[in-house]
Amino acid sequence: MTNISLNRRAFLGASGALVIAVSIPGCKPKGIGPITDKDIKSMTLNAHVEVATDGSVTIMAPHPEIGQGVKTSLPMIVAEELDVSWDKVTVKQSVIDEKYGYQFAGGSLSVPMLWQPLREAGATARAMLVSAAAAHWAVEAKDCSTEDGYVIHGDNRLGYGDLVEAAAKQAVPEKDSLKLKDPKDFNILGRRITGVDNLAIVTGQPLFGIDQKIENMHYATYSKCPAVGGTVKSANLDAVKSMPGISDAFVLEAVGKEDVLKPGVAIVGTSTFAVFKAKEALEVDWDLTSAASFNWSEFLEQGKAGALLKGNTTLFDDGNVDTAFGQAKTTVERVYAYPFLPHAPLEPQNCTAYVQGDKVEIWAPTQTPTGAVQMVVKDFGFAAENVTLNQTRCGGGFGRRLFNDFVAEAVAISKKSGLPTKVQWTRPDGMTNDYFRPGGVHGCAAALDEEGKIKGWKVNFHTLSNDGKTPGRSPNAYMGNEFPRHLVENYQVNETVTKMAIPTGWWRAPISNAFAFVYGSFLHEIAHETNQDYVQMLLGLYGDDQIIPGPQGTEIDTNRAKGVIRAVAERSNWGKSLPKGRAQGLSYYYSHSGYIGEVVELEVSADKRIKVHKVDVVADVGPIVNMSGAENQCAGSVIDGLSTMMNLRVDIQNGRIMQGNFDEYPLMRMPNTPDIDVHFIQSANPPTGLGEPALPPLAPAVCNAIFAATGERVRELPLSKSGYSFSA
Amino acid sequence: MAISLKINGKTVKTNSDPETPLLWMLRDELGMVGTKFGCGIAQCGACTIHVDGIPVRGCQTLLEDAEGLEVNTIEGLAKDGKLHPLQQAWIDHDVPQCGYCQAGQIMSAAALLAENPKPTDQEIDDAMAGNLCRCGTYPRIRAAIKQAAGLGG
Repeated sequence: MTNISLNRRAFLGASGALVIAVSIPGCKPKGIGPITDKDIKSMTLNAHVEVATDGSVTIMAPHPEIGQGVKTSLPMIVAEELDVSWDKVTVKQSVIDEKYGYQFAGGSLSVPMLWQPLREAGATARAMLVSAAAAHWAVEAKDCSTEDGYVIHGDNRLGYGDLVEAAAKQAVPEKDSLKLKDPKDFNILGRRITGVDNLAIVTGQPLFGIDQKIENMHYATYSKCPAVGGTVKSANLDAVKSMPGISDAFVLEAVGKEDVLKPGVAIVGTSTFAVFKAKEALEVDWDLTSAASFNWSEFLEQGKAGALLKGNTTLFDDGNVDTAFGQAKTTVERVYAYPFLPHAPLEPQNCTAYVQGDKVEIWAPTQTPTGAVQMVVKDFGFAAENVTLNQTRCGGGFGRRLFNDFVAEAVAISKKSGLPTKVQWTRPDGMTNDYFRPGGVHGCAAALDEEGKIKGWKVNFHTLSNDGKTPGRSPNAYMGNEFPRHLVENYQVNETVTKMAIPTGWWRAPISNAFAFVYGSFLHEIAHETNQDYVQMLLGLYGDDQIIPGPQGTEIDTNRAKGVIRAVAERSNWGKSLPKGRAQGLSYYYSHSGYIGEVVELEVSADKRIKVHKVDVVADVGPIVNMSGAENQCAGSVIDGLSTMMNLRVDIQNGRIMQGNFDEYPLMRMPNTPDIDVHFIQSANPPTGLGEPALPPLAPAVCNAIFAATGERVRELPLSKSGYSFSA
Repeated sequence: MAISLKINGKTVKTNSDPETPLLWMLRDELGMVGTKFGCGIAQCGACTIHVDGIPVRGCQTLLEDAEGLEVNTIEGLAKDGKLHPLQQAWIDHDVPQCGYCQAGQIMSAAALLAENPKPTDQEIDDAMAGNLCRCGTYPRIRAAIKQAAGLGG
């Protein structure tokens, strides 16, 4: 895990900038007095905190809001240490600036990365306010306390608003001198706080990228080859240009790799409807010479046929797997497969850009605003100081907006047309031009002794990448400590990588979203083959309390793992007797530093219709920042997991994505939604993120429940491929 | 030839292409962006609006079809500065995740409660089945509708 922290220099830089920015009257005497300069309404104490003279507080949300709740939860951390009540706080999306570090939303990393720096940002501002009050009263700062926006010393009280001007002149305290709150004194953290944008959302105010409107804004579409890598031979540009409301149409060449600008045809006009209509009339002759020709079904069949053979690269080889299998009392061998997935955030990709000479201003619903700025600098030749990016709220992310191809399109189109332009994708544009979760096939084999203990573990993993070597951008690459590595002495993973040109990328809970299904299912199969209770087998595998090594930030504490498994078994009344056709399934998985156990209770009819009645979730992600947001993330992950495993996939034929809209990609709807109970074990570990880790355990829990209910084992997703559907 | 219709109680006249879907007329021409574009084929419900009180998909309802009719959008749901009980319930339950679908969800729920003030759980599910939420906020949408209907939640 990358650990980016706001260093002291960033704070100093920020507070230094403010002194210039707010033009403090130079002749004003030192110390506190009534604030006489009516021009001063508020002051910035550091990059994250601005306090107004009326005591109201503005806190910056540094990372993009994509539905994971950080626009609310991150400022809560600052407000807690600043010691103000939440109702005095206004949250603003921060500018994109290096003083906030690398600004992005991904990997469930916002809370773990920013927990400590944001506490320090709040505490720094608080310490400066306390210093100012102490100087005014001529007392020691250490003898002062704060409460709800006031500094207190004996009977003296001063509001932050009255102190802010003097506080801004205080020395920025050393980080080591900061006194952070004892968690038992938290007033804001751990509470249920409704999202800061909720009023704007429910009243339909402009918030999202698609809602941006600037003066003289034009609208654009951009059509790319249905097979990735195809280029434009010719297009009926004149016919398109003659259509009503169309101001321009032109061909753009590729810029950079496929994650920047693909070649295509831009149509610019005066309304979204006009350019959409023109897009329908657009006829392009594509040059397919270098286009993708990948066929998913061929790969799947080849993978399944060869899945138990040794792969071409051995990734891990602990102990001696061959000996373990040679001495095994029993072996279990199974093959699992899962499909390609698009992200399908509900807000179709869009971006507004205005290039004026050597300057560009951008309004983007992106998960990586810093990455977008860097791309515009690197691939379009703008100087960094001439790029302004306005971060908008994102209508879903799920990893799709970690790529900034839609930003590249807006910049390229505005540059060529000279017009302020919003590029707007249709739903099929988004479905077919994605960076997909790649499908894959795993052959799993376990060597068991007389007691059913796992003595050997061997996996052959068939995956895909753009260079035929490494799984590109590691959307499906082994991290090194996938369960049960280090718990089984003899452990081997082999990998076979097939080259293909379909772009791949990170999809919510990358790697884990697929591997959890494989391992959670396979372990359950082993438990069944050896007549072991699944929960007892999992607890036995984890054995004594220990830390399983892994890449930094992914070390697994087996005590926390066992705690979650026991708790979810208890809360779900695991093993309770149920009528025929109705059963429970359990799964546990660790990902994104989160320990998550889930139990699914479902019913399967004779015609394979599934009704999921209840899902119990137990999570240990350390202390909870916003209880409301945390529960929402877990419930949403369960629903996303269920929706995806039941019906969702894209097929790829001859390099073309065959599904274009929600009629062919049927997301789950309300009537199929189960009751979901979420419980947190708030261990005293550093808090970690919740945008992803509750998704992976859902699929194996469902498959294990289906097996318990019917005796049928599903080894390929989605379930619809085996004839299952939601009950009406 | 100008087309005239009523939007949130105000008469609006436009010379736009009569085939323009109300979705785009609202968003691009009037700057009312609460009604959202999600799929363009009436699958997701993000563009749900009311035409003469009936919930319809703004992406499929053409300007010419709405001539002389009363169109209500999310922007018109709060009355006299007071939120509709559904809007308040959505905030109380912290329903949104990304929030993109929620205006459409609320408009579908508002049409349901206008016709059926005390819906059963099944009736809520049925009325809301046309609205997708990619983030999976369905449990809280159910709870918020029940609160607004005075059914607990």
